Amino acid sequence: MAAIGAGAERQLSFGEMIRDAAAVALVALGLALPLVGFQTVDRGAGMILETRFGAMFYAVGVIFVGRFVLGLIDAGRGRPILAASGAFSAAWVLNAIFDVAPPIEHVTLGWLTWLVAMTIALRAWFVLRRGARPAGRDGTRAGALPAVWLERVGRLVVPAALTFAVVMPFLPFADQRLVDLGILVLTYTMLGWGLNVVVGLAGLLDLGYVAFYAVGAYSYALISINLGLNFWETLPFAGAVAAFFGVALGFPVLRLRGDYLAIVTLGFGEMIRLILLNWDDLSNGAKGIGDIPRPSFFGLQFTAAPREGVAAFHEYFDLDFSPIHRVIYLYYIILILALLTNWFTLRIRKLPIGRAWEALREDEIACRALGINPTTTKLTAFAIGATFGGFAGSFFATRQGFISPESFNFIESAIILAIVVLGGMGSQLGVVVASVVLIGGPEWFRDLGTFRMVAFGALMVAVMIWRPQGLLAHRDPTVRLPAAPGRPP
Amino acid sequence: MTAPLLLRIEHLTMRFGGLVAVDDVSFEAADRQITAIIGPNGAGKTTVFNCLTGFYKPTIGMLTLRRPGGATFLLERMDGYRIGQVARVARTFQNIRLFPRMSVLENLMVAQHNKLMRASGYTFFGLFGLPVYRHAEARALDLARYWLDRIGLTARADEEAGNMAYGEQRRLEIARAMCTEPVLLCLDEPAAGLNPRESAELNELLLFIRDEHKIGVLLIEHDMSVVMKISDHVVVLDYGRKISAGSPTSVRNDPVVIRAYLGEEEDEALPPEVETDLKFGA
Repeated sequence: MAAIGAGAERQLSFGEMIRDAAAVALVALGLALPLVGFQTVDRGAGMILETRFGAMFYAVGVIFVGRFVLGLIDAGRGRPILAASGAFSAAWVLNAIFDVAPPIEHVTLGWLTWLVAMTIALRAWFVLRRGARPAGRDGTRAGALPAVWLERVGRLVVPAALTFAVVMPFLPFADQRLVDLGILVLTYTMLGWGLNVVVGLAGLLDLGYVAFYAVGAYSYALISINLGLNFWETLPFAGAVAAFFGVALGFPVLRLRGDYLAIVTLGFGEMIRLILLNWDDLSNGAKGIGDIPRPSFFGLQFTAAPREGVAAFHEYFDLDFSPIHRVIYLYYIILILALLTNWFTLRIRKLPIGRAWEALREDEIACRALGINPTTTKLTAFAIGATFGGFAGSFFATRQGFISPESFNFIESAIILAIVVLGGMGSQLGVVVASVVLIGGPEWFRDLGTFRMVAFGALMVAVMIWRPQGLLAHRDPTVRLPAAPGRPP
Repeated sequence: MTAPLLLRIEHLTMRFGGLVAVDDVSFEAADRQITAIIGPNGAGKTTVFNCLTGFYKPTIGMLTLRRPGGATFLLERMDGYRIGQVARVARTFQNIRLFPRMSVLENLMVAQHNKLMRASGYTFFGLFGLPVYRHAEARALDLARYWLDRIGLTARADEEAGNMAYGEQRRLEIARAMCTEPVLLCLDEPAAGLNPRESAELNELLLFIRDEHKIGVLLIEHDMSVVMKISDHVVVLDYGRKISAGSPTSVRNDPVVIRAYLGEEEDEALPPEVETDLKFGA
C-alpha cells in the first residue's frame, strides 16, 4: 500500500512498532501498578489492601493496542483504522445510550476504552486530511478559525440556539432536572455576559465579580422581605445597589491594571462575603436568609395551596398543580434577563462608550491623549458589569428562596471568569458555549463519579492546547466604512 | 511675517528627583506654522511634550494656549485628558500608540469620542438608536473617510490597525490625532523609521495640515530633511536647555547648535558625562 502521509519520512517496520508499543505498555504498567493495581478499602476493622489486577491489565492492554494502532496510522494505514475506530466508538456511544449490554462493568475503564478509540479516530482523520492537502498548510491548524467560516456558522448557530432556548422547556425530553440545569447555565451565561463588559471589553481583570452577585442577592432578599415589593419591582433597586458597589470598588482601583487590579478585586470579593458572614443584624450571618418571596406571574402564585385571596397559577389557567410550572417560569425569567444583558452589551459595544472601553483596554495613554476621560469610562464599565451581576444575584435569591454567604465563594468568581476567558474574551457567543461546557459539562460527566473533575480538567487542558485564545476568539469591528462615498466634511 | 501666537511656554522646568530634564525653557509657537523642536538624544524634547499634553505636571513654568477665537487655557493646571478634550491639543507618540486590535476606522472613531458621547446623550439616546445619534455617527464616519482618503488607507479601513505597515501606522496615528479636530498638533518624531519616499509623503501631509486645516503644528524630529524642509521656526534643546531658536537656516548655521551636535575640540579634555555632572550640580 502506498504511503498516504506525505510527511512520514521514517517509517517503522512491523517489529519496531510492536517493540515501541511494548515499551509504552511497560511504562503504563509501571504507573498502573501502584495507581490502579492496588486499592485501599475501609472494611470497618481498618483499611485493607485489595488488588485490581484485572482492571490494571485491561488498561495496559488498551494502551498497548492504542500505541500500536497509532504507529500503523503513521505508517500509512489510516483509512481502515479510521473506519474501525470510528465504528467502534460510535457503537460504544450507542450502546451506552440505549443500554443494550454493559460491555465492561468498570465504568472508568469503559470511558478509557472509548477515549482511546476516539483519540485514534481523530488522529487517523488528521493524518489523512493532512496527507490529502498540499504540503505547507499544516501550520494553519493552530491559528484562529477563518472569519468567513465563523460568520457563516454564526449566522446559523445563533438563531438555532435561540430557538432551542425558547422552546426547550416544552420539548418532550425536558424534565425538571433538565430545565433546572438550563436555568443554571443561563444564570452563568448572564453572569459571563455581565463580566464580559468589564473583562472582555474594558480589559479590567476582575476576580471579585461574585461580590456583585452577592450584593444583588442580598439586596433583593432584604428589600423584598422588608418592603414587601415583588420581583420585578425589586429588580431595579437590586441592580442600582450593585452598580453603587461597582463604582465604590472602581474608585480606589482606577490606577491599577492587570495583576494588581486582579488582586484588589479578589480581596473585594472576599470582603463582601466576610461582611455578610459577620454582620448578623443585617444579613443573619452564616444562617443566611430564608423565605425569600418567590416570583409571581402577574400576581399569580406558583403554590399548591395559595394564601387567602391570592390566586394560584394552576387554578387560574385550569391546570393540575405541578412544581415544574414554577421552574419553567423561572427559566423564562432568566432567559429574558440574559437576553436583555446580551442585547445591551451588543448595542453598547457599537456606541462611543463601548468603543472607548475597548480603546482603554488597548492603550490607556493613547486614550488620554485623545481626550477620553479614563475615570468615568472605567467606572461606567464597573457599574454596568455590576448591575448585571446584581440582576443575576436577585434572580438567584428568588429562585433558591434561601441565600447564605456560602453561595458566594471565590470559586464562583473563578468559574465566571473561566467562562469569559474560555469563550474568548469579548465574544458573546463564546460565553454561551463556555457556560454550556463549564456548567453543563460537569453535570454530563456525573456518571464518572470521582473522575468527573479529572475529565473536566482534561477538557480544559485540551482547550489550552488547541485554542489558547478561547473557543471563539474572533472580533468583529463595531463599525464598518459605509460603501457609498460620503460628503466631504 | 508675524503669525498670531498659539502657544507660549514660559520658564518650563521639569525635575525628576535630582535630575533636571528640562531647565527653564521658554519659547513660543505660532498659529498656522510648523514649529520644530530638535536636539540630541536626551535633550528633553519629549519631556516638553509630556508637560504640554498633561502626562507630567511641570515643576515650574507656565504653558498658555491661546485659541484663534481668543479663549485661553493654562495647560499646566489641567487634567491630562482635558487638554485633549477642552483645550484641543492632540499628540502622537514616539513609539506608535494605536489601538492595535481595533480596526483602522475604529481608531478614527474613538478619536471623535467626546463629540459622539454628547450626540449619543451619554449613551441613552444611542442605546435606542435615536436619529440625533445616527446623524452624528454618519458625520463622524464622513470625517474618518476624509482622513482615510488623505492617508491612503480607505480600502483597508476595516482591517486591524496592528496589521498595517509601519509607515501606514505612523500616518494613521496622525490622522487619528487630526480626527479630534485640534487647534495644536504635537508630533513626536513622526518620521522615525520611515524610508525616504514615506518621509516625503509625511512632509506633504504636514504641510497640508498646516495650510488646509490652518492649525499650529509642534514637531519633534531627528530627520533633518523633514525639519529643514517644512518647519517655519526651529527651537534647539540640549541637556534640557534652549540653546538656539530661529528660522531653519539661521539655526543650521548657529555655531552653538553645531557644537551641540558635533562637539568641539576643547570639550575633549572634559568627557561629556563630567560636563553633565557639572551642569546638574550647578
